[in-house]
Amino acid sequence: MANFSYLTEEEKLLVLEEGHDPDFHEHEHGDKYQTSFITHYIFSQDHKMIAKQFLITGMFWGLIGGLMSLVFRLQLGFPEENMAWLKPILGKWITVNEGVGTLDPEFYYALVTMHGTILVFFVLTAGLSGTFSNLLIPLQLGARDMASPLLNMLSYWFFFLAGTIMFASLFLSTGPFSGGWTAYPPLSALPQAMSGSGAGMTMWVLSLVLFVVSVLLGGINYITTVLNLRTKGMTMWRMPLTIWAFFVTAIIGLLSFPVLFSAMLLVMFDRGLGTSFFLSDIYIGGQALEYVGGSPVLYQHLFWFLGHPEVYIIILPAMGLVSEVLSVNARKPIFGYKAMVYSILAIAFLSFIVWAHHMFMSGVNPFISNIFVIFTLIIAVPSAVKVFNWIATLYGGSIRFTSGMLFAIGFVSLFISGGLTGIFLGNSAIDIQLHDTYFVVAHFHIVMGVAAFFGMFAGVYHWFPKMFGRLMNSTLGKIHFWGTLIGAYAIFWPMHYIGMAGVPRRYYSFTTFDAFDHFGSINQFITVAAIIVFVVQIVFIVNFFYSIWYGKKSSINPWNASTLEWTTPVDPGHGNWPGAIPVVHRWAYDYGKDGKDMIAQTTPVQEWESEADH
Amino acid sequence: MTGAVEKEYRQNKIHPQKFLLWAGLASIFMMFAAFTSAYIVRQAAGNWLEFRLPDVFFYSTGVIILSSLVLHGSYIAFLKGNATLYKSLMVTAFLLGFAFIILQYQGWEALQQIGVELTGNPAGSFIYVISGVHAAHVLGGIGVLAVALIHAFGLPHKVTPKRKLRFELTLTYWHFVDLLWVYLIVFFVLQA
Repeated sequence: MANFSYLTEEEKLLVLEEGHDPDFHEHEHGDKYQTSFITHYIFSQDHKMIAKQFLITGMFWGLIGGLMSLVFRLQLGFPEENMAWLKPILGKWITVNEGVGTLDPEFYYALVTMHGTILVFFVLTAGLSGTFSNLLIPLQLGARDMASPLLNMLSYWFFFLAGTIMFASLFLSTGPFSGGWTAYPPLSALPQAMSGSGAGMTMWVLSLVLFVVSVLLGGINYITTVLNLRTKGMTMWRMPLTIWAFFVTAIIGLLSFPVLFSAMLLVMFDRGLGTSFFLSDIYIGGQALEYVGGSPVLYQHLFWFLGHPEVYIIILPAMGLVSEVLSVNARKPIFGYKAMVYSILAIAFLSFIVWAHHMFMSGVNPFISNIFVIFTLIIAVPSAVKVFNWIATLYGGSIRFTSGMLFAIGFVSLFISGGLTGIFLGNSAIDIQLHDTYFVVAHFHIVMGVAAFFGMFAGVYHWFPKMFGRLMNSTLGKIHFWGTLIGAYAIFWPMHYIGMAGVPRRYYSFTTFDAFDHFGSINQFITVAAIIVFVVQIVFIVNFFYSIWYGKKSSINPWNASTLEWTTPVDPGHGNWPGAIPVVHRWAYDYGKDGKDMIAQTTPVQEWESEADH
Repeated sequence: MTGAVEKEYRQNKIHPQKFLLWAGLASIFMMFAAFTSAYIVRQAAGNWLEFRLPDVFFYSTGVIILSSLVLHGSYIAFLKGNATLYKSLMVTAFLLGFAFIILQYQGWEALQQIGVELTGNPAGSFIYVISGVHAAHVLGGIGVLAVALIHAFGLPHKVTPKRKLRFELTLTYWHFVDLLWVYLIVFFVLQA
C-alpha cells in the first residue's frame, strides 16, 4: 500500500477499511484491477466492465432466444411447410419423411420453454438490470465502485455459470427442459414425465439455482451501494429515477428470488429423494406412482410469489431508464418526480400481493380470487401515474429525437397498449375466456417483453458513450427503432384477436382444430413480421459492435445531461473520477430552469435561482 | 476538501459490509418464510400427518441458544482484551455449534423411529427439509467460526477496527442462525 502519511488518522482508517482513497489518481495506473488482461477484461471487479459483461452476455442470449422463437413461429405460421433445411442445425429434432421435414413436437415445447426462460431471466433480468444497475449506480451516485466489487464479480460469474449449464442442456440427447418456463409439476417434478423432464430439467433447475445466487449477490450489492456510498449532497430525494428504479428492483429481487430458490429446492427433493411436496396420485403408463399427499398448486403459489414480482424486476429498471432519457431529451425536468418515486414504491409493494392472478384457473377459491382481482386492478393506478408523468414530461419540451429518445417514447406507447389488456386479464371472470390464449401471450409480450426491450435499447443508445466512449450510428438507430416498433405491433396486435377467439397458447399446430384452423393466414402474417423484426435486431447488433471501435467519438457530456456520470472523463478509469468525488448540490432534473438549458448536479445553488422544483 | 468529502461519505452510516450481511440475511429469511408459508398452505389442504416433534429438537434449541450467548461473551471478552476468556469462549461456542448439528441428526433419527420418513406425507418431509436447510446454514456458520478461531489463535490479541468488524459480522450471522432456529421450532410447535 502506498504511503498515506499525509492523511489524518481517520482518513487512514477509511483507506484501510474500505479501500477509499481521497487521492485515488495517484495510483490509478497499475492498481490491482487494471494490471492484466484477465483481471481487466475477464475476472474484472470494476463495475463498468461487469456491466459490459452483463450486456454482451445478455445480447448473446437475446439472439439465442430470438432464434428459438423464429423456429417455433415458422412451425405456427407454416405448419405444412418442409422444414428439412433446418436439419443441419436442429439435427434429430427435424424428422424427414419422404423428403418433407417436420419439427419434433417435443422439441417445439422445449423451444417455447427455453425461449421463455432465457428471455425472462437471462436477457431481461440479468441483461437489463444487471447491465444498468452496475453501470449507473456507482456513476450516478458518485461512488468509486460497488460496496463489494468481489461479490459483484461473483454475481456475473454465477450468471455465466448458470448460462453455461442452460446452454449445455440444449445439446442433451433427451432435449432441454420442455415443460414451460414456469416449470409446473408434475412435468418438472417427475423425471419420467416427458423426455425433457429428465436430464434437461435437472440442468434447468441447477441453472436457475445458480441464477438466483447471482441475482441475490448483485441485489444486496446494489442496495448497499445506494444506501451507503452516495456522495456528499446526494440525498435520496436527489437521486435520479434510474437509481430509484434499480434500488427498488433489487429489494423486490431480494425478497422474491429466495422464494423461487425454496420452490426449486423442493422440486429437487421431489425429483431426487422421493418426497411428495408437489406430487400426488399420479399414473404413468397405467402404473400408479408412490407419491401421495403433494399439491401442484402449492408449487404455483411459490412460483408466482417470485413470478409476479419478477415482471416488475424486469419493467422497473426499464421505467427508470426511460424516465431519465425522456427528461434529458425533452430538456425538461421529469414531471412529478416524487410521484414517480412513490409510484415505483407502490408498484413494488403491490407486486407481492397479486401473485394468485396467475392462478385464477388453477382451482383457487373464487372468493380469494376477488381479493387478488382488486389488488391487481389497483396496480393500474401507480402505472397510470407514471404514464401520465412521462407524457407530461414530453408536453411542451424541446424534444431531441435521438435513438435513445425514440425508444423511450416507444416504451411509453407499448406500456400503454400492453397495460390496458392487463386490466382485462386481471379480472378473474374475463380470465375464464382469456386464460392460456394468445391474448395472454400478446399482453405480456407487449407490456413486459417488448416494452422492457425498448427501455433497454433506450438505455444502450443513451449510455453507449459512457460505456465505450463513442456514439452509436443514429441512422441505423432509427431504422432499428421503426422496424422494431412497427414490427412488434404487427406481431402482437393480431394475437389479441386470435386470443379472444380462444386460440390456446403453447399448441404445436392448429391444423386439426376446425375452430382455430382458419386463423392460419394471421399466423403466417405474425411469423413474417417476427422474421423482419429479428433481422432489424441484427442492424442493432452490427451498429453496436461497429460503434465500439469505429463510432463517432463522444464528448464528455454528449447529451448535455445534468447527472454525475457525465462528469467523469470520457473513458473513466477504475475509481471513476480521477480526482476527488464530485459533490452534489441539487436534484438530477434542472433542465430549462431560470432560462438555462441545463444546470449540472455539481453546480452549487446560486442566490438568484428560483425555488427548487420539488 | 477531499478529506471532508470522504468523511461525509460514511457519516452516520452503517458499515457497508455489515449492511451487505443484513441484506443477505433478509434473503435467507425469505427462503425460510417461503418454506413455512408452503407448510401452512399445504397443511390447510388436509391429508396431514400429525405427530409429536421428538424431544431432541428442544435440546438442540437450548444448545444453539447457549452457543449464541457464549459467542457473545467471547466478543465482549475480545473487546475488553481478555485473551484467555475470548479464546476459550469461542472454542466453546464452536463446539456447541457442532453439538447442535449432532443433535439435529439425532432428531432426524428419532423421527425415523416414530415412523416419520423423509418421503411419504409432506408433514414429515417439511420437517426434514426445513431443519436440513437450516443445518446447512449452521454448517456455514461453523466454517466462519473456524476462520475466526484461526484468527484468535494465530494472531496476537489486538483490537483493530478490521478484526472488530470481522468478529461482529461472524457474531451477527451466528445470532441469525440461532434466532432462525428459534423461529422454526416455535413455528413447528404452534403449527403442529
